[in-house]
Amino acid sequence: MLNIVRKLGAWALSTLRKMGDMLIFLTNAVYFAFVPPFKFRLLLKQIRFFGNKSMVVILLTGSFAGMVLALQLYYTLRKFGSDALLGPAIALSLIRELGPVLAALMVTGRAGSALTAEIGIMRISEQIDALSSMALNPFRYLIVPNLAAAVIVFPLLTAIFDVIGIFGGYVVAVDLLGMSGGTYFSQMEVFVDMKDIRMGLYKSLSFGLIVAWICCYKGFNTGYGAEGVSKSTTEAVVTSSVLILIWDYFMGSILL
Amino acid sequence: MIEITDLIKTFDGNRVLNGVNLTISDNVLMAIIGKSGGGKSVLLKHLIGLLKPDSGKILVDGTDITTLGQRDMDKVREHLGVLFQGGALFDSINVYDNVAFPLREKTKLSEAEINDRVVQALNDVGLKGVEMKFPAEVSGGMRKRVALARTLITEPRIVFFDEPTTGLDPIILSSIHRLIMTTHKKHGFTGVIISHEIPEIFDVADRIAMLHEGVIVETGTPDEIRNSSNPIVAQFISGGLEGPIAAV
Ligand SMILES: Nc1ncnc2c1ncn2[C@@H]1O[C@H](COP(=O)(O)OP(=O)(O)OP(=O)(O)O)[C@@H](O)[C@H]1O
Ligand SMILES: [Mg+2]
Repeated sequence: MLNIVRKLGAWALSTLRKMGDMLIFLTNAVYFAFVPPFKFRLLLKQIRFFGNKSMVVILLTGSFAGMVLALQLYYTLRKFGSDALLGPAIALSLIRELGPVLAALMVTGRAGSALTAEIGIMRISEQIDALSSMALNPFRYLIVPNLAAAVIVFPLLTAIFDVIGIFGGYVVAVDLLGMSGGTYFSQMEVFVDMKDIRMGLYKSLSFGLIVAWICCYKGFNTGYGAEGVSKSTTEAVVTSSVLILIWDYFMGSILL
Repeated sequence: MIEITDLIKTFDGNRVLNGVNLTISDNVLMAIIGKSGGGKSVLLKHLIGLLKPDSGKILVDGTDITTLGQRDMDKVREHLGVLFQGGALFDSINVYDNVAFPLREKTKLSEAEINDRVVQALNDVGLKGVEMKFPAEVSGGMRKRVALARTLITEPRIVFFDEPTTGLDPIILSSIHRLIMTTHKKHGFTGVIISHEIPEIFDVADRIAMLHEGVIVETGTPDEIRNSSNPIVAQFISGGLEGPIAAV
C-alpha cells in the first residue's frame, strides 16, 4: 500500500517537473522571439520546411475530408429534409473544427516528426553544443524560427485544407449526389460568419504553437543515440496529437 | 590560465570525475591522455560550461565559470574554440558555410574577406574542392579536418581539441599535428588536446596530464611522462596488458 502511494508520488513529482521544464522551455523561446537579433533567413527556411513537407498530405486529406463530409452530411440532412444546407454544413464543420484539427494532425505527423528528429540529431551529434560553445544561443537559431514558422504556416495550411475540402464536398454534392452548384455556394455565404473563420484561425494559430513547442522540446531534450531520437520522435507526435485534441475541446468550449 | 580544483561530476550514481585538479598556464599546449570512457570529454564539456559540476571550481583567467550565468558564460566563450569529438558540423549547410559560420555570425567581415579566410583555412587542413559538399557527403577524416578549420578560423585565445586526429591516416595525422603546432606558435593560444595518439602527442604538447579513474594521476613534460615511475602511466603509454589498469 505504502509502496503504491510512494510510486504515485514519484510519478506525480516527475510529471510536474517535466511540465515545469516544458514551460520554462516555452518561456525561453518566446523571450528570444521578441529580443533581436532575429534570424529571418532561418525563419524563411523553416516556413519552407513546414510547407514543403506538408503540402501534398494537406491537399490529399483535405479533399477526402470534404468528400466524406459531403456523403455523411447529405445522408443526415436529407432525413430532416434540409439537404439544401449541405454546403454550409460542410463549410462550417471544416472551418470551425475539422480543418484546423486534421491539418494540425497531418502537419504533426509529417513535419513535426521530422523536426523532432532533426533537432534530436543535432543534439546527439553535439551540433547544439557547438552553437553554445560559439556563444550563439540555440534558441535563437533553432527554436524561435520553428515556433514562428509554425504560427505562420499552420493557419495557411489550414486555409488550404478548408478550401480544398469545400471543393471536395462540392464535387461529391454536385457530380455524385446531383445537387445544384449554385445552392451549395450561395447558402454557404449566408451561414458562414466571420466569427467561424476567426475561430478556425485562433485554433490553427494555437495548434501551430503547440506542435512546434512540443516537437522542438522533445528534439532538444533527446536522450542518447539513435534510440533516443526515435523515442523522442514518437513521443513528440503522440504528445502533440493528444494536446491538439484536448486544446481543441477547450477552445471550442471557450469560443462557442 | 585555467585552474581546475577538486572537480567532481556524477551521472546517476556513476562518478565520472572524482576531484580533478589541473592547472593550464597561458600559451601552454596541454595534452590529456587516459583510457576510453575515462571522462576526458566530460572534463572538456565542463571547461566550456556545457556541463555543471557537482562541486569544484574552474577558474578561467581568475573567474569561476562554474557559477556563471548564460550571459557571462557567453562572454568567456567568445574567446574559445572547440573541436568536438564527433566534429559537430552543421549537417544542413555545406562545408564552406560551416567553416564560414563563426565568421558570419560573430564578426563584421565582408563576404570577400570571409572567403579569403575560409579558402585559407581549408587549404591549411589540406582540403580543396569539397567546399560545396555537405558534411554527410565527405569522409569521416575530412569531416574532422573541416571541423578543425572551423575551430581555428576565429583565432581563439583558448582552444580545446577533443581527439583531433582519431580516425585519420598517419600522414594526415602528422600534418594535423603540425598544423596545430604552427598555429600555436603563430597565435600562441592556450590549448587542451585530448588525444590517444601515443607517442606522437609527446612531440606536439608542451605538457601531458593523465586522467585515470576520475583524477589526474600525473602531469609533466613529455619527457617526464615518458620516464614516469607511476605504474598506471607507465602501463598506459606502453599499452601493456599487465598492470594496475584492467584490460578488457
Ligand atoms: N551526458 C551524460 N550523461 C550520462 N553519462 C555520461 C554523459 N556524458 C558522458 N557520460 C559518461 O561518462 C563517462 C565518460 O565519458 P567520456 O565521453 O568523457 O569518455 P572519454 O574519456 O571522452 O572517452 P573516449 O576516449 O572514448 O572519448 C562514460 O561512462 C559516459 O557513459
Ligand atoms: Mg571522448
